[in-house]
Amino acid sequence: MELTTVWFILIAVLWTGYFVLEGFDFGVGILLPVLGRDDLERRVMINTIGPVWDGNEVWVLVAGGATFAAFPEWYATLFSGFYLPLFLILVSLIFRNVAFEYRSKGDSETWKQWWDRAIFFGSLVPALLWGVAFGNIVRGVEIDADKEFVGSFFDLLNPYALLGGLVTLSLFVTHGAIFLSLKTVGEIRSRARSIATRTGLAAAVFAVVFLGWTAVQRDGAEHFGWFVGMAVVAAVALLGALEANRRGREGWAFVGTATTLAFAVASLFTSLFPNVMPSSLDDAWSLTTTNAASTHTTLVIMTWVAAIFTPIVLAYQTWTFVIFRRRIGVQHIPTPKGVASESPQAPARPAADAAT
Amino acid sequence: MEPLDLARWQFGITTVYHFLFVPITIGLAFLVAGLQTAWYRTQQPKYLRLTKYFGKLFLINFALGLVTGIVQEFQFGMNWSDYSRFVGDIFGAPLAIEGLLAFFLESTFLGLWIFGWDRLSPKLHLATIWIAATGTLLSAYFILAANSFMQNPVGYEYNPATGRAELVDFAAVLTNKVTLVTFPHTIFGAFMTAGALVLGVSLWNLVRRPDRDPDAFRTSGRMASIVLLVAALGVAASGDQQAKVMTDVQPMKMAAAEAQYETRDHASFSIFSIGTPDGSEETFSLRVPGMLSFLAEGDWNATVEGIDNLQSGYELMYGPGDYTPNIALTYWTFRFMIGIGMLATLPALWLLWCTRKGRPLCVRRFALPVAIALPLLPLLANSFGWIFTEMGRQPWIVFGLMPTSAGVSPTVSAGEVLTSMIGFTLIYGLLAVIEVRLLLKTIKGGLPELPQPATDDTDGGNPTDPGAGPDNDDRELAFAY
Repeated sequence: MELTTVWFILIAVLWTGYFVLEGFDFGVGILLPVLGRDDLERRVMINTIGPVWDGNEVWVLVAGGATFAAFPEWYATLFSGFYLPLFLILVSLIFRNVAFEYRSKGDSETWKQWWDRAIFFGSLVPALLWGVAFGNIVRGVEIDADKEFVGSFFDLLNPYALLGGLVTLSLFVTHGAIFLSLKTVGEIRSRARSIATRTGLAAAVFAVVFLGWTAVQRDGAEHFGWFVGMAVVAAVALLGALEANRRGREGWAFVGTATTLAFAVASLFTSLFPNVMPSSLDDAWSLTTTNAASTHTTLVIMTWVAAIFTPIVLAYQTWTFVIFRRRIGVQHIPTPKGVASESPQAPARPAADAAT
Repeated sequence: MEPLDLARWQFGITTVYHFLFVPITIGLAFLVAGLQTAWYRTQQPKYLRLTKYFGKLFLINFALGLVTGIVQEFQFGMNWSDYSRFVGDIFGAPLAIEGLLAFFLESTFLGLWIFGWDRLSPKLHLATIWIAATGTLLSAYFILAANSFMQNPVGYEYNPATGRAELVDFAAVLTNKVTLVTFPHTIFGAFMTAGALVLGVSLWNLVRRPDRDPDAFRTSGRMASIVLLVAALGVAASGDQQAKVMTDVQPMKMAAAEAQYETRDHASFSIFSIGTPDGSEETFSLRVPGMLSFLAEGDWNATVEGIDNLQSGYELMYGPGDYTPNIALTYWTFRFMIGIGMLATLPALWLLWCTRKGRPLCVRRFALPVAIALPLLPLLANSFGWIFTEMGRQPWIVFGLMPTSAGVSPTVSAGEVLTSMIGFTLIYGLLAVIEVRLLLKTIKGGLPELPQPATDDTDGGNPTDPGAGPDNDDRELAFAY
């Protein structure tokens, strides 16, 4: 296999990792005002992703860095072309990440309310915009003979790409709800389960329409058969996830939405190949895995680095999830000294949802 | 303003801001790891309380370092797309490797450290902070390797067919002589910065709250003073080496650092000078004879090339144009970096002297303002150092290879760059205010009390055995957001 193809696949893998992992923590952030009825419940939700959100986010940084190293022309065109959406994503991530760290370090209600808003919007905007960005990449944007993006910001807001945004948004919310049902006890768990059914159905509709629309657009593309196969797996996995969720098989439901996200990303990348960023002006101007790539020398070095270190990263990230696998509920959240502990020895809290 | 100027301002603002948090993160990660190791070895509660106290300051700082770092990675593609196309084959690799090797390590293991107090054995938990700290060093190395390529491009060949610089020797890129001197200089600088912060905080507590844990803060203050002083020696020694390497690879930067227009033997170094801002005419200056020759070449009588000579040499090499950086800026940032940095050592010397042989702190009136000002000094020195390094390289983005004006994104409008520049500046300003308030609140809060060891162990598993019934465990989390 050509090294350029290997790197195309690796970048697809990095985006898959990002969507599967950060997807659920975006979902948790968006659901924060919906499922968390009071501060304690919101803290439970935030703490389900507390130890892992930062590691999840590195996937996008490595995806960006790998694109820079392996396909500099792709990186340059994409990042300068999608300027304002990326700026909005950056602003969102800044506020959201700071919010996770700072929210619990102040006491006032206003302080927490503002950071809750930051978490909500900071999760909502990227969840939507990553889908819009991918929609545009697959659809093709105005790229000239010099590999420069010459379209405008408003060209990026076309119906197909916006639908792509709704797909990622609804999938991430569903994925996040299922993650919450898997990681919590008590009322949040049952609420998360019931909301997953509703957002999951919406996600299924959006995803099927979007993938169908993609199929119409990319009909006759080089690997069309593979694209269709993967899209079908993504759709079936989502329906499976919803059924598992309905039956209360939360682990299987999570595997289902993770599979959906992985295969949805994979199907989009497959529909692109061998392009990485098709030009809507002229097919000859499209960025491809060959005309956007680095030299063989760079790709060889990067392949060795990736081959050695990706398994190590996967091993310790998996281990982190094992360490923090236990479910949490309101009874596990430490209360600030001198507030709740003023009543001497509160009676034993009811162990909510002890069944599992 | 043109997109070029705006993009440069944005890079300057976001990079200087980012680098306020980076050195604190690097240095403090190791200091906190050291404190936790002291606790692990001695089991003295004061070390654990200091670990948690400075660990909290570390995390408040880390959050901003993290988010401003994301901006840096995206910015090359957004504002400097032609630069990215031209050097991506070489420059992208260290950035990607930084992410894969270092950033994953830092983020994942910090998550384990923050939340893992009751989930990991004490030894394993201690290991997580050391691993995260090591990650910050790796991170710094790869980023500095990338920056050093801009200062002194090596290991590449220009390919006229593709019109870009292409990698031929990655080992040469990673062992660039500029990287090899810049890395220790930056890391020692980071330890000075963290040392000054811990010393400032300890001193503040000792002066303002003398009854509250004086013993613990005396320990942390002395520890920080030693770190600061050793690091300062390292900064000076590595800076001296760096000046020599820089004289070799970018003589113009060093000539501009002294505003020396004519080539001279036994060149003097001015501590300060008064005259025209660009130093072309001076009315008064305080000079050390031969010092510049020594800084540049290690020989008091060596010849140091002047700006005029270099300028005409570059015109012959690269064609007509102005190859001088902003002289006034280069001259003064160089002096501020050294002067302000070295000033930070004085409080450390004083504290070590007055607490010698087990003495309590000899409180002085000036101690409080010193405690407050001290942490700012290395931060300022770091900023001046980077402004000197980057502005002294101008008009090049990659020295001798690509002018800065050729690197900017050709299709991004001034309005777009202005939007993001104003946006980032306002957000960064707001976050700075929030962060400082939070740091002060945490500092004023004093050392945290340790929780009483759990008496009933009936409903929970063994803390060192996280495998015991994770779902039927009603113990509170040791740490929660």
